[in-house]
Amino acid sequence: MKRADDYEVRRQHLANLSDEELKTRFWELAEKIVQPMLELGHKNTTPAIERSVLLRMGFSSLEVKPIVEGVMKKGLMGKGAGNVVWRLSKKLGISVREAGVGLAEGKYWDEVDALF
Amino acid sequence: MKLDPNKKIDIKELLQDLDKYEPKRRGWHWRDKRNENRVVGDFEFHETSEELKNYVPLPGSRGFHYIDPQPDCVVTTEIASGRFEDDIRRMRMAAWHGADHIMVIRTAGQSHIDSLIEGTTQGIGGIAVTRKQVRASRKALDMIEEEVGREINFHSYISGVAGPDIAVMFAEEGVNGAHQDPQYNVLYRNVNMVRSFVDACEAKKVMAWADMLQIDGAHNANATAMKAWKVRPELMVQHAINSIFSKKVGIKPENIALSTVPPTAPPAPCMRLDLPYAVALRDFFSEYKMRAQQNTKYMESDMREATVTHTLNLMISRLTSADIQSTITPDEGRNVPWHYNNIAAISTAKQALNGMDGLREMVKLDREGSLGKEVRELKERAVLFMEEMLEVGGYFKAVESGFFIDSGYYPERNGDGIPREIEGGIGAGHVYERDEDYFAPVSVHYGYNNVPKEFAKASDAIGGDTFEDRTKIIFVDELDEFDNVNTRLKEVEKYYDTNIVKPEVEWRADGIVATTIFLPLDERTAEFAAIKCGEKMGLEDVTVVHKQCIHPSEGTVVEIKGRVKFDIDINELVIPEKASVLSEDEIRADIAAKPLFVVAATVGQDEHSVGLKETLDIKHGGIEKYGIKYLYLGTSCPVEKLVDAAIETNADAILASTIITHDDVHVKNMRKLHELCIEKGIRDRIMLACGGTQVSNEIAKEAGMDAGFGRGTKGIDVASFLVKRRKEI
Repeated sequence: MKRADDYEVRRQHLANLSDEELKTRFWELAEKIVQPMLELGHKNTTPAIERSVLLRMGFSSLEVKPIVEGVMKKGLMGKGAGNVVWRLSKKLGISVREAGVGLAEGKYWDEVDALF
Repeated sequence: MKLDPNKKIDIKELLQDLDKYEPKRRGWHWRDKRNENRVVGDFEFHETSEELKNYVPLPGSRGFHYIDPQPDCVVTTEIASGRFEDDIRRMRMAAWHGADHIMVIRTAGQSHIDSLIEGTTQGIGGIAVTRKQVRASRKALDMIEEEVGREINFHSYISGVAGPDIAVMFAEEGVNGAHQDPQYNVLYRNVNMVRSFVDACEAKKVMAWADMLQIDGAHNANATAMKAWKVRPELMVQHAINSIFSKKVGIKPENIALSTVPPTAPPAPCMRLDLPYAVALRDFFSEYKMRAQQNTKYMESDMREATVTHTLNLMISRLTSADIQSTITPDEGRNVPWHYNNIAAISTAKQALNGMDGLREMVKLDREGSLGKEVRELKERAVLFMEEMLEVGGYFKAVESGFFIDSGYYPERNGDGIPREIEGGIGAGHVYERDEDYFAPVSVHYGYNNVPKEFAKASDAIGGDTFEDRTKIIFVDELDEFDNVNTRLKEVEKYYDTNIVKPEVEWRADGIVATTIFLPLDERTAEFAAIKCGEKMGLEDVTVVHKQCIHPSEGTVVEIKGRVKFDIDINELVIPEKASVLSEDEIRADIAAKPLFVVAATVGQDEHSVGLKETLDIKHGGIEKYGIKYLYLGTSCPVEKLVDAAIETNADAILASTIITHDDVHVKNMRKLHELCIEKGIRDRIMLACGGTQVSNEIAKEAGMDAGFGRGTKGIDVASFLVKRRKEI
């Protein structure tokens, strides 16, 4: 879009605001703009977020990648990759670490189907 | 491992047991004891912080008892050589000059890698940011901060498609600050918009836990826009979006910093454009911190020009405020920064901030006139920008319609913004809605988390995560058999703590040197003639790094760089021994027992008097302080007159000062003094010494003197020489 500078016309409704009122308006608008993004973040997850969860559960970067890829393939991202590993460990009666490393090595994926 | 100022940092030792290393602390650190007046040397300072234990002061400090006042703000330096083992050495040098925020640039392309990377592969324009490199650097900084006596903040980037992964690794490794701004991903890295903001929520939440300082990415708009001063309203909008977004996610405002750059530079009337912008920002963002960056947009290869622009930027920092003063190396317009140019940039900041200490107590911004009007207009334009964003349907729609980086001064639009599709970009289609039974068993997490009832907190499910129990962190060492630090160290083994040395600017023994050449030629001819000069000087890979027309036909100055082909064996060097100095008491006792009288003058057609007076005068710690009597004959004194005065007064010594060196006149004067004393038959009983900025003991002795004194000489050096030499005659 091309448009000439129409600042003088556009600003009419701002002209009578005090500096403090203008500042308040600035931050109100900013808050409105970011609200949808905060909601998206609240409701959704991504491969990077799930990897970051697995890293904190005590897996290396080399291990977290195949686990998350496997979870995506199974269509279980909505459950959380950490959740998959945790539930698997409970089901098999093995440690969280063993369960995750197993998944990273391609083991136990058949068991995963029955977790949810 | 503890550092000794007289020993190089041992990189090999540093790398030992890295898998077990735990960073000393976590979180951002502001300088201690700011906002209090402080006496340093002869002066009271109003905008400084606690002094350092070990430091290198500014050259000009010689006139002020070598003081090194530390400004109140954190000072940043950016290091980007691609080899962390060399960067670490530079970090140490930078800390000694006053940097306490070390920003490590990432290798090109890392933001598009959908994972953490590991090992110590060599980077391009930065390092591969891996756990091993981060841990080694933090370990080195933990020692360096002990050495200088001030906390050092370590900083890198949490952006790209692996933002949350990197945030976690940084939090675990004690990284203190990071750039994090989803808008940067969207606009400059073409990462999918939704993915970028969703990732950012988790990354920021982790940063909040780690008490890291966050810097946004808005300064990139300044560097990308064709006319940087026209995007000022948009810059305010970008700052606002990231600031409020971060605060809502949970970062405390004092850990949220705006990356703000004075948008323009001379010959534009930059103060009139940059100052209102700086003021408007500080009005609107009073809750947040200011990271004052320096302008890179209008940088060319001229280091002098860059330094002036940066000094003007520093003036804006002092006239308004800066919590973090970033620095840009003056050679950024030429090459990846060199060791000493990081130091040049830090020194520019320190020098200017020291010089403008307390400026605002005397100079007030006049907001009644054009400044106030400009400030108000910028703010209104920013508000209008956001109003229209909401009108078109919010952030994503605004980006899709090319709102950002448009070269028009908003509301003016030129239709040349950077549009991005909501469904497009890297990582598109990889955003997944969390189900009702979504669960992330970690202690820090943003958004919906269905923690099973049996656990008080999410991470209880796994008996604590890495943030609660470090032993759970898995350290990955090298993955590449060839591209790693061990191979690189092996390649330069010959130069590693041996007697063999080679010049360097970036990497150990890279062999690069730079030379300035003036040629009485036009610009183009001069460029090629300069390369030929470099080749004839024996340099390899000669390239021109800077050229400047002095006159279209009369001349051009060219700076070249090239690689030397040789090594230097320091054991083969002939280094004259530094004269040892007697103690004050020894000198006084000797003079008291046997008085000593000297005649002194600046010889030839030379009006310089300061150096010699400082050497003589009791007030400056000159030889008079030790009881030596003198006759001072002033400046521009003929050598004959000086010798005659020595004979008349039966002096023990002649002290001659010679500053001017044109046509080697200083050497000629020394020789003449020596010969005249022989002619008059007094040479065997009189001591002759000469001083000056270009004089050395070797040059002076060569010219017949008994001693020579150069830059930095003190009265005690001369007095000590006189006492010792007298015993020999």
